[in-house]
Amino acid sequence: MHPAPSVILFSTLSGMGFGFLAFLGWGAMIPAGWWAFILWGIGYSLAVAGLMAATFHLGNPKNALKAFTQWRTSWLSREAWASVVTLLLLAPVALSDWLGLEWSRLPGQVGGTLAMVTVFTTAMIYTQIKAVPRWHHWLTPVMFLSFAIAGGATLSGQVWASAALLGVGAVLVAVWRVGDQAFAKAGQTMGTATGLDRLGTPTVFEPAHTAGNYLLREMIYVVGRKHVQKLRIIALVLVAGFPALILILPLGCVGIMLAAPVHLAGALAARWLFFAEAEHVVGLFYGKRG
Amino acid sequence: MTALPQTTAKKLGLVIDLDTCVGCQACVTACKGWNDQGAGLSDQDAYGANPSGTFLNRVHSYQVAVPDAPAQIVTFPRSCLHCEVAPCVTVCPTGASYKRAEDGIVLVNEDACIGCGLCAWACPYGARELDADQGVMKKCTLCVDRIENENLPEEDREPACVRTCPTNARHFGDFADPDSKVSKLVASRGGYDLMPDMGTKPTNKYLPPRKKGAADASPLAPLLDIKAKGIAGWLDKMLGNI
Amino acid sequence: MGQPKLNMSKPVSDEIRQTTCYMCACRCGINVHLKEGKVSYIEGNRDHPINKGVLCAKGASGIMQITAPSRLKSPLRRVGPRGSGAFEEISWEEALSTAVAWMKPLRETAPEKLAFFTGRDQSQSLTGWWAQNFGTPNYAAHGGFCSVNMAAGGIYTIGGAFWEFGQPDWERTKLFVMFGVAEDHDSNPIKIGIGKLKARGARVISVNPIRTGYSAVADDWIGITPGTDGLLILSLIHCLLEAGKVDLEYLAQWTNAALLINETEGAEKGLFVRNAESQPFVIDRRSGHPAPWDGKGVEPDLGAEWQGHRTVFRHMVEEYLKPDYAPEAVAARCGMTATRIHQLAAELAEVAFNQAIILDQPWTDFRGNEHANMPGRPVSFHAMRGISAHSNGFQTARALHLLQIILGSMETPGGYRLKPPYPKPIEAHPTPHFVTTPGKPLTGPHLGYVRSPDDLALLADGSPARIDKAFTWENPFSAHGLMHMLIPNAHAGDPYRIDTLFLYMANMAWNSSMNSAEVMKMLTDKDGDGYVIPRIIYSDAYASEMVAYADLILPDTTYLERHDCISLLDRPISEPDAAGDAIRWPVIEPDRDVRCFQSVLLDLGARMGLPGMVNEDGSAKFKDYADYIVSHQRRPGVGPLMGFRGDGTGEGRGAPNPDQMQRYIENGAFYQAHVPAEASFYKPWNAGYQDWAVKIGLYESPQPYLFNIWSEPMRRFQLAAEGFGPRQPPDHLRERLKQAMHPLPIWYAPFGDEDAAFGYPINALTQRPMDMYHSWGSQNAWLRQIKGSNSLYIPTKIWEAQGFEEGDWARVSSRAGVIVVPVAHMAALNENTVWTWNAIGKRKGAWGLDADAPEATTGFLLNHLISELLPDKGGARLSNSDPVTGQAAWFDQRVRVERVSAEDHRKGLSEPAFPQLPDPPRAGGGRGAK
Ligand SMILES: Nc1nc2c(c(=O)[nH]1)N[C@H]1C(S)=C(S)[C@@H](COP(=O)(O)OP(=O)(O)OC[C@H]3O[C@@H](n4cnc5c(=O)[nH]c(N)nc54)[C@H](O)[C@@H]3O)O[C@H]1N2
Ligand SMILES: Nc1nc2c(c(=O)[nH]1)N[C@H]1C(S)=C(S)[C@@H](COP(=O)(O)OP(=O)(O)OC[C@H]3O[C@@H](n4cnc5c(=O)[nH]c(N)nc54)[C@H](O)[C@@H]3O)O[C@H]1N2
Ligand code: SF4
Ligand code: SF4
Ligand code: SF4
Ligand code: SF4
Ligand code: SF4
Ligand SMILES: [Mo]
Repeated sequence: MHPAPSVILFSTLSGMGFGFLAFLGWGAMIPAGWWAFILWGIGYSLAVAGLMAATFHLGNPKNALKAFTQWRTSWLSREAWASVVTLLLLAPVALSDWLGLEWSRLPGQVGGTLAMVTVFTTAMIYTQIKAVPRWHHWLTPVMFLSFAIAGGATLSGQVWASAALLGVGAVLVAVWRVGDQAFAKAGQTMGTATGLDRLGTPTVFEPAHTAGNYLLREMIYVVGRKHVQKLRIIALVLVAGFPALILILPLGCVGIMLAAPVHLAGALAARWLFFAEAEHVVGLFYGKRG
Repeated sequence: MTALPQTTAKKLGLVIDLDTCVGCQACVTACKGWNDQGAGLSDQDAYGANPSGTFLNRVHSYQVAVPDAPAQIVTFPRSCLHCEVAPCVTVCPTGASYKRAEDGIVLVNEDACIGCGLCAWACPYGARELDADQGVMKKCTLCVDRIENENLPEEDREPACVRTCPTNARHFGDFADPDSKVSKLVASRGGYDLMPDMGTKPTNKYLPPRKKGAADASPLAPLLDIKAKGIAGWLDKMLGNI
Repeated sequence: MGQPKLNMSKPVSDEIRQTTCYMCACRCGINVHLKEGKVSYIEGNRDHPINKGVLCAKGASGIMQITAPSRLKSPLRRVGPRGSGAFEEISWEEALSTAVAWMKPLRETAPEKLAFFTGRDQSQSLTGWWAQNFGTPNYAAHGGFCSVNMAAGGIYTIGGAFWEFGQPDWERTKLFVMFGVAEDHDSNPIKIGIGKLKARGARVISVNPIRTGYSAVADDWIGITPGTDGLLILSLIHCLLEAGKVDLEYLAQWTNAALLINETEGAEKGLFVRNAESQPFVIDRRSGHPAPWDGKGVEPDLGAEWQGHRTVFRHMVEEYLKPDYAPEAVAARCGMTATRIHQLAAELAEVAFNQAIILDQPWTDFRGNEHANMPGRPVSFHAMRGISAHSNGFQTARALHLLQIILGSMETPGGYRLKPPYPKPIEAHPTPHFVTTPGKPLTGPHLGYVRSPDDLALLADGSPARIDKAFTWENPFSAHGLMHMLIPNAHAGDPYRIDTLFLYMANMAWNSSMNSAEVMKMLTDKDGDGYVIPRIIYSDAYASEMVAYADLILPDTTYLERHDCISLLDRPISEPDAAGDAIRWPVIEPDRDVRCFQSVLLDLGARMGLPGMVNEDGSAKFKDYADYIVSHQRRPGVGPLMGFRGDGTGEGRGAPNPDQMQRYIENGAFYQAHVPAEASFYKPWNAGYQDWAVKIGLYESPQPYLFNIWSEPMRRFQLAAEGFGPRQPPDHLRERLKQAMHPLPIWYAPFGDEDAAFGYPINALTQRPMDMYHSWGSQNAWLRQIKGSNSLYIPTKIWEAQGFEEGDWARVSSRAGVIVVPVAHMAALNENTVWTWNAIGKRKGAWGLDADAPEATTGFLLNHLISELLPDKGGARLSNSDPVTGQAAWFDQRVRVERVSAEDHRKGLSEPAFPQLPDPPRAGGGRGAK
């Protein structure tokens, strides 16, 4: 799949944002005053920036509001609802923290949980796509949620944050191991795609078109194996190892300020891989497992 | 709207005969022409180094290694299969994608589409293309605007690709009706689904190439031993018969 | 939100205008939809006899053709050096007066100094007539580099041909065998036909080194070694004869098999024995005595021997029963097994004889014998350039017709059927006319069918009368001329120099020439202070490669903007059951300063006062081409169009009808005259058909004839080569003539095979893509997305031997040149053959494409490898052509293929690369233009 910057930014930023918002909502840390403004602001900014990035992926954003209509069937629609409801529910809590209004934290509990639900719906957008076997696995939501939790834990300065970060690393390793087998396991080949397995073993003779098209650009993105291995190690180090190490060091706030961006950079790399490595079965028609 | 209808009264779709398709690409440009009509399906860099455009139907060609026989070439048209369990529909956040309750045709309501591309991701068959100029999703409409168009003569109320196919490798009809031409073709020629394990239950079916190779005619027996009897003997034997 | 309500009944367009497609020579009927005066959609015309509603990829994207930015927009005069592409726009008046100033003096002094050649011309009856009235002997269309072997091989044998002159009886045939067909001119009819066979489950076999397209869907594929089809076919004939599976009745009645061949040594040897009335005759089995070949009730004796003279049949049997033709003797050379040949022969015999059909249709033959029904042998064949474009193609085409004849399937139900105006015997065709008289027209048409050396186009000193050396000892039956030799001969001054080259729609500076790079040099070559070819006038509609090489450009309209006529005098749109012709008419008006070329030609003719084009007072006789189409008469009552003549009811014959064009428009732009049911088969011998053909004006009196298994015209050339007769060939051609002009179909190795010994062992072919038409497809925004570049396809054996990998490039060399090109692997391919799609490669800067368009960067032509001359043997400049017809032997090509080094590979550009052509003034706009 094409690793479009908009979707990578969307899913990573909003994942981290909603993760952090969840922790704030749950009251894992309860900042006050301007400090609250800044922290809630970070959470909201990340989440909203992510959502904004997502709209850049739209070919026709003027209809964007219509995306709320299909919550009964569409995970993307559900995500739209979940994210908006989360942001709305958490708003009074944020306001209360900032201005010291001492309102009930109940919306925070609910909103925090909804923030996680939002991350889950985001994950499900990908997970549901059977045509991309690498994504079509329960580890995908696990991975998205673990990113959100680890990101939130890091930003909210939880003592167990480094463990969470290492947990994400473990999940990533699992995702890659399972993912690498996924396409083969799904059992689709050029033979099943075309039905020509009835005859023998098909290969591409001529391309259907020598010119480019949307499918090739969007769904059939080929990455070199060498790059993948390098990037995975980088991602692992940045997502888990390095920030976990930083957090173990007695650096306090500074540690968080160092670890979080490093983790985020790693998350971007991991997410780039999430897309770039994902092969859509349509590639079978083109003889390209992109 | 992105809920799929439980059942549809008709199941309209295409049968594509891979034993007959010669890969002429006529259906590709006929489809483009009908659905373009000025600007419906855009092209970019049309005369440049990297042209690209929206097509709803593309014809691939494959080389098939066949055991104990020479390799075969099979040309393979690919367009929307109007799946019964259409994942492209259920993923759509806006309701722009839908499957018609009356005949099962899967359509995009371009006025509602946000161009998120999710439906194209969900389709295993690459049947959806996001138009680069308009930013909305395009797909085969099974020529809804032909098959029920009262401005067209009765005989023309069929998809543009079917109408143009010079070899008649494309057939249009109702799969819900067991007596329709398409149902009969599927039954008699072993019509099959693409990637059946994807669970999409495609409506369109493909007819496999027939078995190829030399016929087993019994060898010709020589009239007589020409070496022994000579041409004259052959002539006698032959012409004596008239 | 509910399911949206759609308006299903939107009006499709404001108006439909019916005309004829032009993206290839198939000439399908189209419905052009207009919205607000602009073309909005093009679809096939269901009522049209050719395409019955279907369209091909090119036809359905015609909109992209008429809006292509490459369209020329005004007349142009060259201002820079030739080939530089520097032009200025001029007015039509200037353009026409310049052309007249160049051509008129030639007519008055030396008409042969004008050479007028046309490419994919669909108006040859006009262009030929114009050239005839100009008085130059130098006229031909593209047939000589295209498929004259097919046309001439057929016409000399059966009085008809493959190409688009006939078609299998699609409704009845049970076994259809194709030799070397990728697309042919009958694009849609062949596809419709194959579709019919497939729907019925009838069997299709393809003999073709490459398994794509029709060969891919064929039930059986024989990946023959190029150039060996003749051998395979004669071996099939051998098998059928050996087994006695031949239709003796058919041979005796309808062919010259029962005629007697003169055995007397001397100038008559090998010609037919003739009676006192100079008629050949047969021996009647009933009496054992000579009887007229066309006598009622005569039972010709195929085995007769009379006064030492034996029948054609005996000669034929003796020839083909030779062990040289046994499958075991030929199989390896053909690249197949002997068993396979036996199988194929058995299959043919099985269907022809055990599955014969009978059509319940009484008819009367030309002898007056009545037949209660029409027996048919449902085996049919089709062949095209795979056979034709070899230097043994004429004889191979003849062999294939012979095969159909001995099976008794030609012109019988289930077999191959000819389309009016065919069948037509050689005798009904003209002979070549070439004698020039300054200021006077030629006495007849240029192109014709040579019967004997007397008809050759030779001057008194024995030198060629024509610039292309057509109708000479080198290529005696060159019925379509040799367009591929035009520029090389004019450049070499061999046989003479010319002054003005007038070309119409032929891309001779690129894909249509052999040795394109050299031809470009010839066009720009100087001699003293002028060009070796002093003047070039060219009509194109688009900014093709050729445009840069002309001095004066006469820009044409596109096909929707002009009148045209697809005439029975030329290449009509007939079907076996109907004679048919068609028109084009301006369904839209041009938005540029362009003119219909045919109108321009008539205008030029009038300005030069050419006979037939001016009135007594010297004024122009025709307002424009439309006027000519309606009012010109070739013979009294017979004109370009056959329908609605006279008072509107005349069919074939009748006075010109001023309403004719309008009537055609109302009728969907075509007309058909239906063959009566009793005349539908056995046409050459069917009295009903002959009478009908006379009635609609195909000829003036019935022309029944016998199929020519033995060709007397050929034998006459052999006799000359043997030293008989007053007109003698040069010595260096004697052996070649003796071999090539064998009166029975034979096989000899294609001349190109000789290159194998010089390190070029691999056959190199091209195929037409179904979705592109020669050079003109690439300017089409839709088609170029489908095929914007090409690769050289390499068979597994060579692929592995050279260690090729995906994405590799190869250096391909021949004795004429070297190209460096991208390669791709293909298993479904003859193991000693490489190939690519024809004419995808474009010169940088041409066709309104960006200079970095893939067509110009990785796309390539095979033409750079193909020499127009055979290797020099003793100083003779012999063309790389069939020695009988002059057909360009494109497919004789042999090459060497080598994987190139990583550096070459990384350049990613095909070689040779030519300097970018500057953009001539052109219409611009096009797809995506704002
Ligand atoms: N779409 C499209 N249609 C066209 C044209 C076009 O450019 N595009 N061009 C038109 C013109 S001008 C012409 S002349 C016709 C030509 O129509 P075709 O004769 O069909 O044209 P080619 O593509 O030259 O195909 C020749 C075929 O012969 C095969 N072949 C080559 N050598 C041999 C051999 O030795 N033996 C056998 N058995 N096969 C062999 C090749 O593999 C190829 O399949 O098409 C016309 N129609
Ligand atoms: N290697 C290789 N080369 C081949 C062949 C092959 O098989 N292999 N085949 C050969 C054969 S059979 C043929 S017939 C030739 C084809 O040779 P050509 O007849 O030269 O065919 P095109 O390349 O189509 O060139 C025709 C020209 O006509 C112009 N044209 C198009 N429409 C119009 C119009 O309406 N009016 C005017 N005035 N001009 C127009 C086009 O722009 C183009 O420049 O190619 C030959 N070349
Ligand atoms: S038009 Fe028909 S034969 Fe041609 S590619 Fe399409 S399906 Fe195949
Ligand atoms: S083929 Fe693709 S686009 Fe068409 S219905 Fe099935 S899933 Fe949807
Ligand atoms: S691109 Fe349009 S049709 Fe497709 S899922 Fe998004 S909104 Fe729905
Ligand atoms: S049915 Fe209509 S829209 Fe669909 S592929 Fe055919 S022509 Fe295109
Ligand atoms: S075959 Fe195609 S290009 Fe040729 S005339 Fe017919 S529709 Fe036009
Ligand atoms: Mo041709």
